[in-house]
Amino acid sequence: MGNKKDWNTLSSLTPLFAVLVALLIGALMLVALGVNPLVAFRALFMGAFGNWNAIADTVVKAVPLLFVGLGICIAFRGGVLNIGGEGQLVVGALSATAVTLSFPHLPGWALILISLIAGGLAGAIWGGIAGFLKAYFNVNEILSTIMLNYIAVYLMNYLLRGPMMDPLQVKLGSFIPQTMRFPRAADLPRFAPTRLHLGVIIALVLAVLVYVFLWRTTIGFRVRMVGANTRAALLAGVNVKRYMVLSILLAGMLAGLGGAVEVLGVHHRMFTDGTAFGFTGSAGFNGIVTALFGQLHPIGTIPASFLFGALLTGANKMQRVVQVPSALIGALNGLIVLLVAGSEILRRSSVRRGKVGTSIPDEGGEEW
Amino acid sequence: MVIGSTIVGILASAIRLATPYLYASIGEMFGQMSGVLNLGVDGIMLMGAYAAFFTALNTGSAALGLMAAVGVGAIFGLIMAFVSVSLRAEQGISGIGLYLFGLGMSTLLFGMTVGTVQTVNGFPPISIPFLSDIPWVGDILFRHNVLTYGAFALVPIAWFIINKTPLGLKVRAAGQNPEAADSLGVKVVQVRYITVVVGGILSGIAGASLSIALLNVFQQNLTNGMGFIAVALVYFGGWRPLGVLAGAMLFSTVNAIQMWLQVQGIGVPADFALMMPYVVTILVLAAMAKRRVYAPAALNKPFERGG
Repeated sequence: MGNKKDWNTLSSLTPLFAVLVALLIGALMLVALGVNPLVAFRALFMGAFGNWNAIADTVVKAVPLLFVGLGICIAFRGGVLNIGGEGQLVVGALSATAVTLSFPHLPGWALILISLIAGGLAGAIWGGIAGFLKAYFNVNEILSTIMLNYIAVYLMNYLLRGPMMDPLQVKLGSFIPQTMRFPRAADLPRFAPTRLHLGVIIALVLAVLVYVFLWRTTIGFRVRMVGANTRAALLAGVNVKRYMVLSILLAGMLAGLGGAVEVLGVHHRMFTDGTAFGFTGSAGFNGIVTALFGQLHPIGTIPASFLFGALLTGANKMQRVVQVPSALIGALNGLIVLLVAGSEILRRSSVRRGKVGTSIPDEGGEEW
Repeated sequence: MVIGSTIVGILASAIRLATPYLYASIGEMFGQMSGVLNLGVDGIMLMGAYAAFFTALNTGSAALGLMAAVGVGAIFGLIMAFVSVSLRAEQGISGIGLYLFGLGMSTLLFGMTVGTVQTVNGFPPISIPFLSDIPWVGDILFRHNVLTYGAFALVPIAWFIINKTPLGLKVRAAGQNPEAADSLGVKVVQVRYITVVVGGILSGIAGASLSIALLNVFQQNLTNGMGFIAVALVYFGGWRPLGVLAGAMLFSTVNAIQMWLQVQGIGVPADFALMMPYVVTILVLAAMAKRRVYAPAALNKPFERGG
């Protein structure tokens, strides 16, 4: 057997194997559905990388994944399984929209700034609710964040069909559930002629900041300590509950920012088709996939987001060319999560891994 | 009398709506009691619903549809068991993976094989002779489809298996203290495989109960998160079949009231009515915090021999 270093390099490649295996299974599924997988995958590739516009679209799709993924890095490292990215994106976008439309005469930079702050705050509150319930009421955060996703969606539907609906839609009687277009001043600057917008720079800067936070600050160290070994953190006098709330609050903030960036940079208005997917494109779930894929490291999450942005962009092209619903990519993402989660066993056999997902030990310490 | 018939209507609809929750929650409860948290229930329900719908649409037989759902549920249960028990994956994450897989697959297959909204002939309501003629009670309890009767029959069956059979004892041992159980000769891995596969089958039936008994349609994301509520109901029920029954009835009643409010067009905006089940879930989970419940001690903990 090779030495330990070789083995670590090998096991860090497992996510890539997971993607290859998932694509292989995807190919088999395509064959079963009577589609030539080579044609389908070629369309997928060309849709994602075929020309500069395609590459720019891939990056645009990667941006919300990176925002959510960065938050997941903090939350999962802090032992809080945040599945609430969808809802946090939605409330972030809603809140940014409300602010942008409320102050249409502000200069562009100020408008963008307060919208981003509003989006981040709303996401932080949405995540914070789940964190608070976990820390002080022992409510499983997986369940509460999923419930909060649905609550966010119905809140969005209510607001966009009611108080926030574009007055023009009301006047025309068409009642399409969307807001007015934002003032042009609030559009995030674009790298014309592509659709690529400033949000990608914001996300990249945040990735570095999240890295610095987790590995170069005391608070970040404590967040990781709570996630890696709750009991040790307790014994070391860390206020475990507070850090649990903090880690999901920050995750929510990043996702909320992502939602704000989506409306300011891509759509320039908020809209709904009645589901979370209509607005988020499942970025709240796929962000989990990218973060796991990036080994819960903010810098690793950057290429992971790009890869999954490419899969999602390419899936649209594939849908047009070979009439395979883009849901195939959703299914493959699920497979990748299963494979990555399952292949953890390889890593564990060489390094004793800190467990993801913790609960607060009882007073009696039964859990230990 | 109007009030009376309204209440009868809401209660009858609550009983009907409890069907998918009961199958999914009781199935999930077996898994959790043995130490496995399966968060993929919603994905399995979607696959079961699709398989049942597709089969019933093409064969005209709801019974064959149900069998298809059972088969698909078993396969998905096996996948979950393999990843979570044999590969000892982090259960919260593998479950989300299974959910995304089921959601994507059911959407993909529906798009490729059916494509449009269609209805099927599902299980018809069966009026129980004599009992269904009892005023009020008959309408509430005895005019349902066979899957609804089955769901309620499952509650005492589950209670019996857990409390009165050797298998139930092994399941509880595997979930409370797998190391001790192992040293006494209980095959922990095997027990967990059984409970997770049974859970998968019941989740598949839960999905089928939507697509070929209650609604008789399939569409993308038909369940809309019911599977996650089913997982929450297991916590709510304190890992006891009767508790799960109470939870399922609470939820289905909230849902029935919500639907009734919408039909009546009463002042509550529809979106807030639709929000109710999810808000109630969170509140109920929070209210449970101070209650003394005995969660399986090894829940969410992979078992490794000599580990």
